[in-house]
Amino acid sequence: MNIIEAQDINFYYGDFHALKNVSLNVAKNSVTAFIGPSGCGKSTFLRLLNRMNDLIPDTKLTGKCLINQEDIYAKKADVDALRKKVGMVFQKPNPFPKSIFENVAYGLRVNGIKGKDFIQNRVEESLKGAALWEEVKDKLGRSAYDLSGGQQQRLCIARALAIKPDILLMDEPASALDPISTSKIEDLIYTLKTEYTIVIVTHNMQQAARVSDTTGFFMLGELIEFSDTKKMFLNPDKEQTQNYITGRFG
Amino acid sequence: MDKRTSQKIAFWIFRLLGWFVVGVLLWILGFIVYNGIGVISFEFIFSKPTGVGMLKGGIFPAIIGTFCLIIGSMIVAFPLGVMSAIYTNEYVRDGKFSKFIRMMTNNLGSIPSIVFGLFGMALFVSLWGRSIIAGAFTLGLLALPLVIRTTEEALRTVPDSLRIGSYALGATKLQTIRRVVLPSAFPNIVTGLILSIGRVSGETAPILFTVAAYFLAELPSSIFDQAMALPYHLYVMSTSGKNLVAGREVAYGTALVLITIVLMINFTASFIRRHFAKKHGGH
Ligand SMILES: Nc1ncnc2c1ncn2[C@@H]1O[C@H](COP(=O)(O)OP(=O)(O)OP(=O)(O)O)[C@@H](O)[C@H]1O
Ligand SMILES: [Mg+2]
Repeated sequence: MNIIEAQDINFYYGDFHALKNVSLNVAKNSVTAFIGPSGCGKSTFLRLLNRMNDLIPDTKLTGKCLINQEDIYAKKADVDALRKKVGMVFQKPNPFPKSIFENVAYGLRVNGIKGKDFIQNRVEESLKGAALWEEVKDKLGRSAYDLSGGQQQRLCIARALAIKPDILLMDEPASALDPISTSKIEDLIYTLKTEYTIVIVTHNMQQAARVSDTTGFFMLGELIEFSDTKKMFLNPDKEQTQNYITGRFG
Repeated sequence: MDKRTSQKIAFWIFRLLGWFVVGVLLWILGFIVYNGIGVISFEFIFSKPTGVGMLKGGIFPAIIGTFCLIIGSMIVAFPLGVMSAIYTNEYVRDGKFSKFIRMMTNNLGSIPSIVFGLFGMALFVSLWGRSIIAGAFTLGLLALPLVIRTTEEALRTVPDSLRIGSYALGATKLQTIRRVVLPSAFPNIVTGLILSIGRVSGETAPILFTVAAYFLAELPSSIFDQAMALPYHLYVMSTSGKNLVAGREVAYGTALVLITIVLMINFTASFIRRHFAKKHGGH
């Protein structure tokens, strides 16, 4: 079943045409990676899936985007509800200036969940899900800023998991991290796949090959190729893809 | 002249100018302390002025009056100013309207304080008579542009990545402001608020027509009473009166008390900032 169906999407920043006729489907419980040169529109596409682009003034979108068969840009669509379903992890870790515990509980609290035991259990569960629990279980009251960059990023993942989204968007989640933290996050993506649908942007070709089932290659706002990851890296259909993957440009 | 010599000369010019500023400040402080310390006593702080031309007794009613005005103007300026800054910085950040509001705020801030006094007299005094509440509103309005500006600056130090992270979790704008933006800006907001109050608490012109009394036998019993105030008392003691020399002494003592209060307010501000900076990981 397709959890995301994007149909003929065009996106504009003012006059700048950032996404051109992009159509693709993402299967439930799969990992999809987007690759492509800087400025090709990967982040723009990702942000369109939880309507974060709405926050940027003077933008325009045409085409249709269905998540769980619902048009997320329909007039009556509820943006806050969408963002609960579609979580996001950013390139740079952005924990709130609160305790570790409160960072993870934040999504629950703003969604009106009050039960103390429930929140406590969910925080623990999410931190375990983000492979951070063992490192922080004795200092949940400490400021999130006391954590290392890699730990902060996993905290942000835990924060996103706490509200049990269907889809997790990750925009270069490991690009600011050291190799060990990076491989921790990659392992994490692998285990999260059983429960979540993951869409990840990465500049690291090996990473895309390692973690994803499907890969999309963007260039200058166009989705050049979108196919099974193995096929994409072994035997791409398009020459541009081949060139990019083998590092002949980009 | 070679490069190193000119470097050295420039450095010394900057250093001298820097020390000059410090010197002026210390000079003023030293002057006030030197001239005022002689009259400071328990009686001076805690009793009413008495005698011909208020040369005896103390300045207790003026201290109380100034505290009332400080608190009153905080109550007027803080909610209004903070909400206005939240509106321009969080809701209409780059719009034409926020530019307009910002321009008006800056203009409001450059109106001379005596004009505020006149306005306060026309509006608040005709509403409530000469009273603490009329003075507090006038001082509050005077502090408003400063409060707005410092609050806006505090809000601007909160990185957008935090707001975006909050929205991405399905939080509404109001939730984001209440739970993320305001707590992280809080120490800076409080510091700005306190500093702006320190700024206006010594103003004379706005209270001249609206609240300040030359002499009151009783302490004010409600916000609708007039009050004495330190800046005005200082003015009175140093200008009118028969015994100018004796009056001067009381004036210096009053000035010392006023400066002490203002400096205490400023120290509180920097204490709060440091305290919270530590607690929140220096964000
Ligand atoms: N807020 C914005 N306003 C105007 N133009 C923007 C904005 N954000 C992105 N763009 C433009 O849209 C294009 C696509 O940007 P996007 O951030 O989606 O690229 P990207 O593929 O994620 O690049 P990178 O790999 O460097 O992150 C770029 O040309 C960029 O300059
Ligand atoms: Mg990007």
